[in-house]
Amino acid sequence: MTGRLRFMRSFSGAVGVTIVVFVVAVAIFGRYFAPHDPNVPVTVPLAPPSSHYWLGTDFLGRDVFSRLLYGGRSVITLAALATGLGYLIGMSVGLIAGFSRSRIDPVLMRSVDVMLAFPPLLFLLVLISGAGTGVEVLVIGVAVIQAPGISRIVRTATLEVSVRGYVEAAIARGERSFAVIVREVLPNIMAPVLVDSGLRFTYSILIIASVNFLGLGLQPPASDWALMISDNRQYIAIQAWAVLAPAAMIALLTIGINLTGDAIARSLGRSYVPKTARSAVI
Amino acid sequence: MSDAPAPVVQVEGLSLGLTTGDPVVEDVSFTVGAGQILGLVGESGSGKTTTALALLGYTRRGVELRGGSVSISGQPILGQGISNLRNLRGKVVSYVPQDPGGALNPSLRVGDAVMDVLRAHRAGAASLESVKASLERVELGADPRLPRRYPHQLSGGQQQRVTIAMACVCDPPVAVLDEPTTGLDVITQDRILAELARLRDDDGMAMVYVSHDLAVVAKMADRIVVMYAGRVVESGPADEVIERPRHPYTRALVSAIPDFRRPRALRGIPGVSVGVGEWPSGCAFVPRCRYAIDRCSEALPELSAATPDHSVRCIRWQELASEGAEPGDGRAAATAVEAEDEALLQVDHLEVEYRNGRRRNTVVHDVSFAIESGRCVALVGESGSGKTTIGRCLAGLHPPSAGRIVFDGSELAAFARNRPLAARRRIQIVFQNPFESLNPRHKVSSSIERPLRVLRGLSQGEARTEVGELLDRAKLPRRVGDRFPIELSGGERQRVAIARALAAKPDLLICDEVTSALDVSVQAAVLELLSELQRDLRLSMLFITHNLGVVACVADTVLVMDRGSLRESGTVAQVLNAPADEYTRRLLSAAPCLPDGAYS
Amino acid sequence: MTTVAEPRAADREVSPVLAFVGRRLLGAAVSLLVASVLIFIGTSVLPGNAASVVLGRGATPAAVQQLERQMHLNKPLATQYTDWLGGFVRGDLGDSSIGLAQGQKHAPVWALISDPVKNSLILAVITALFMIPLSLGLGAIAAVYAGRPADHAISIMSLAAIALPEFVIGSLLVGVFFVWLDVLPPVAIIPPGQSPLSDPSKLVLPVATLLLASLAAGIRMVRAGMVETLQAEYVMAARLNGLSERWVLWRYAMRNALAPSVQVLAQNLQWLIGGIIITETVFAYPGLGSLLVTAVGNRDLGVVQSVAMLIAVVYVMLNLVADLIVLLLVPKLREPS
Repeated sequence: MTGRLRFMRSFSGAVGVTIVVFVVAVAIFGRYFAPHDPNVPVTVPLAPPSSHYWLGTDFLGRDVFSRLLYGGRSVITLAALATGLGYLIGMSVGLIAGFSRSRIDPVLMRSVDVMLAFPPLLFLLVLISGAGTGVEVLVIGVAVIQAPGISRIVRTATLEVSVRGYVEAAIARGERSFAVIVREVLPNIMAPVLVDSGLRFTYSILIIASVNFLGLGLQPPASDWALMISDNRQYIAIQAWAVLAPAAMIALLTIGINLTGDAIARSLGRSYVPKTARSAVI
Repeated sequence: MSDAPAPVVQVEGLSLGLTTGDPVVEDVSFTVGAGQILGLVGESGSGKTTTALALLGYTRRGVELRGGSVSISGQPILGQGISNLRNLRGKVVSYVPQDPGGALNPSLRVGDAVMDVLRAHRAGAASLESVKASLERVELGADPRLPRRYPHQLSGGQQQRVTIAMACVCDPPVAVLDEPTTGLDVITQDRILAELARLRDDDGMAMVYVSHDLAVVAKMADRIVVMYAGRVVESGPADEVIERPRHPYTRALVSAIPDFRRPRALRGIPGVSVGVGEWPSGCAFVPRCRYAIDRCSEALPELSAATPDHSVRCIRWQELASEGAEPGDGRAAATAVEAEDEALLQVDHLEVEYRNGRRRNTVVHDVSFAIESGRCVALVGESGSGKTTIGRCLAGLHPPSAGRIVFDGSELAAFARNRPLAARRRIQIVFQNPFESLNPRHKVSSSIERPLRVLRGLSQGEARTEVGELLDRAKLPRRVGDRFPIELSGGERQRVAIARALAAKPDLLICDEVTSALDVSVQAAVLELLSELQRDLRLSMLFITHNLGVVACVADTVLVMDRGSLRESGTVAQVLNAPADEYTRRLLSAAPCLPDGAYS
Repeated sequence: MTTVAEPRAADREVSPVLAFVGRRLLGAAVSLLVASVLIFIGTSVLPGNAASVVLGRGATPAAVQQLERQMHLNKPLATQYTDWLGGFVRGDLGDSSIGLAQGQKHAPVWALISDPVKNSLILAVITALFMIPLSLGLGAIAAVYAGRPADHAISIMSLAAIALPEFVIGSLLVGVFFVWLDVLPPVAIIPPGQSPLSDPSKLVLPVATLLLASLAAGIRMVRAGMVETLQAEYVMAARLNGLSERWVLWRYAMRNALAPSVQVLAQNLQWLIGGIIITETVFAYPGLGSLLVTAVGNRDLGVVQSVAMLIAVVYVMLNLVADLIVLLLVPKLREPS
């Protein structure tokens, strides 16, 4: 690879990091700079942008800019929790399946295959239709969607590492499985397992935001970017900012994470987007 | 050179480098006469494959041509446009790849693959008949359905025959063979070599045979070119180069090759060969050369003619010529320790199978043997013979399906975790692949400390002091302890793995193909170390290998395995000199070794 | 493993294919069975009484009992499940709980979904007709020109677009093509009984949204597969045998990149199903997706169960078809393992 390309890559990585830091900072600290109460109408509905209301007001007359500053925390937090929980489940299953080499492995992997043969969004919708809307439903549902893909990658990496000399030497020393996994296996599967964590995180964001957008996640009057879009969609001809501003924030967030993740993956000599269809999450 | 046939390959001052700047091959010149085989020998990183590919006008991505000329049958190759080159490749000069499994299109029937080459060059002659004829030439004519097979349906030897058929189907005057038998077992290798020799003799095809294996090259080549760090260090007629090597590197290489017919203590070459971008200013071999003097580093030695036909790139070759052969003869058998007769390990009627779903695959069938205290037993066989599986059973990594393993009087449990601490400590194993045998996340010292703490219960402080001693034992500088495996070469890593095994103070050391991933010169040094350790520490050893030469160098007794069964066992002298079993005889006759003159 | 490689006789070549197909069919059946259980449990095991949830707080006990009987909630759970699944297999999709609650004697789901199924199918097929050639073409271009500007542009753009939610893409597209340029309608409301094809301009933005959302992953994976085969040793060996570049590219590189690409495309079509649910809601398009979302919101369990099962069937079928195509493309799979 030529020097110029490498520069372009690290350049895209730097852009990605900048974007992510910006969006996350807005999502976490933005609320402390909000000029207005996000849940109280401040003037007429659907007012165009002005010096008082930088992005105008929404269909209820609430300040769009203030709601924008409040509206990121929910989706980022929920997505982070769901992704983390997904890794917890997926890594446990994958490590057990990959390391044990026993009868448990095919059973676990068949279940993973079946899980992956079920449309993720549909799974979440069915879950919501049964269990109702709620934050915990969202987090657990998305974690369960993420876990099978993660466990499959963990298992593949574990199988590969488990036959290496240093693992076999530890097994031959009679060390306990837990010690072998923690000391010899885990550190050596982290790179392949975590390299696409950014992609999984954006996928969690995507699906949680989508459910919020469908009105089946967070409920009004919560300030949430996805909810803002669905609330104000009908009035896009009159007050486009109420829709476009939160849409831009979500787009920036996922694009930023992906640019960063890709740059990190490349620097590790790996592929950020899974190379084979079978190992992909999505 | 008046009696030599007219050259069909002429390489003049060939130089190639990385597009980023570093040279890979510099100033390589040689000629090959019609019907001759030129052996291009070198270790990994010597530039031999880059040179070979340049003969077809091909450079890998990131490599560029710097200068020189190549002409084949009078046609210049370098500097040709891609469409001219396309006409020459396969028709004037063809290529036989190293890994036939990877080099055949998995979704193309092999007959079609041969046909594709014909279509590209002789559209008129492209018929099923000529495809069959070309397959017959490589002894694949017996099965009429073979052209309809896909590559994965063929054995490794058959696959390589197909690629040879592809290389010959247009009757090119020259073929370039890039390690064509590496990865094949010796018996298959022997048959492929015989076929190549026949192609040369019958069809007068000239060949450039690239290999790291001097013994194979000695068997095949008329002339040998030895490369080191991108340059030719010695070239001449094959028997001259093998029997009277002039360059210190060639001399060391010859004496590093284990040979089952002449067991002797091997002498490894210290250090590792220099990589691309690390070339020193003077002679590149200086850091590893026993004869190096200050003047060697000052300037690059010229290639000078020792005889009109034999040239060498060393300023001291004349002084060294009088020194005679490398020291180090007279092995082993004499110096071997008196073994006690009681068996340390006894294996009775061992059976092992792998299960794949409901299918069972017996890989070891009714194997019994004993290892006496202080002895080295070699377990020899081709890949798939079950030899590695036996080692894994002894180490408690794979459960036998039947039979007993008795160690020092008590029967061992199948899995290591169910064995008493003493048994786990006293049996240690060193694995084949040095690049995977050390945890890349741990420092060397930490990897060696682990058995000290787990198996011998030493404190952190005690362990730390002992790590230093173990590194000394393995002939590694103590500073290696602070390094991560990625900073070490393959040979160094294997020494660390040996030190890790020694840390347990074992009585039985299982060595599973420990040198097969190493260059010959490094292999010799590791074998040297193991022999010394076995003698000094009175270790018992199970030495698993496919290389008969290695067996002769380290072992006292030998067990020959074939497809899961024990074919023959006995002392090294017995089995290697007077094999009783048919399979052993075939194995021995197929194993390449240097001609007798190499030891004169 | 240490199997001794021996050429298998030709007479055994048929059975592995059947075994493979059989395994996949069985796998698909098991997946669907598990899916049906998941759907049934997900929708049935809700806290509280389904009938009273549907009817709302003010419902009289008599009305609740009546609805319970209509929804067969008075039967044991296992019987409810087998009745539902048996009906589904026979083509009886059951009744809409909401319809029953509104006092209708019968509110067959089938009548409710027949138009939306057609509409969704039209949307999906049009998108697929663009998506398949575009991902293959752009992926192949990126692979052949790997490392050059064309590849770089395609890679960075697809990387940015990957995992961008459909409703964000849809909103941004509406912002550009309706609010700013005012050339396309912001919604795709189709009057009942009318075909979406009667006004193609309504379909432009939904199709574009789905395309943008699904192309990115497709292009990247097709590219990865092709780059891998282009670097394969058999491609180099073919070049060293003097084969023409076109021949090398098609018969050696593309031929072997096709199987992984088929799997990628199947996966992308599956992804499209999820995307359609959201895109239809964004554009108020009367398809299966918006119907499902409404049903989930209303807790119309009858509709949710049947629509979800229908989607699961399509999803699993896509997998099955992809596997069978791959079987045709990869000779090695036709062998006993």
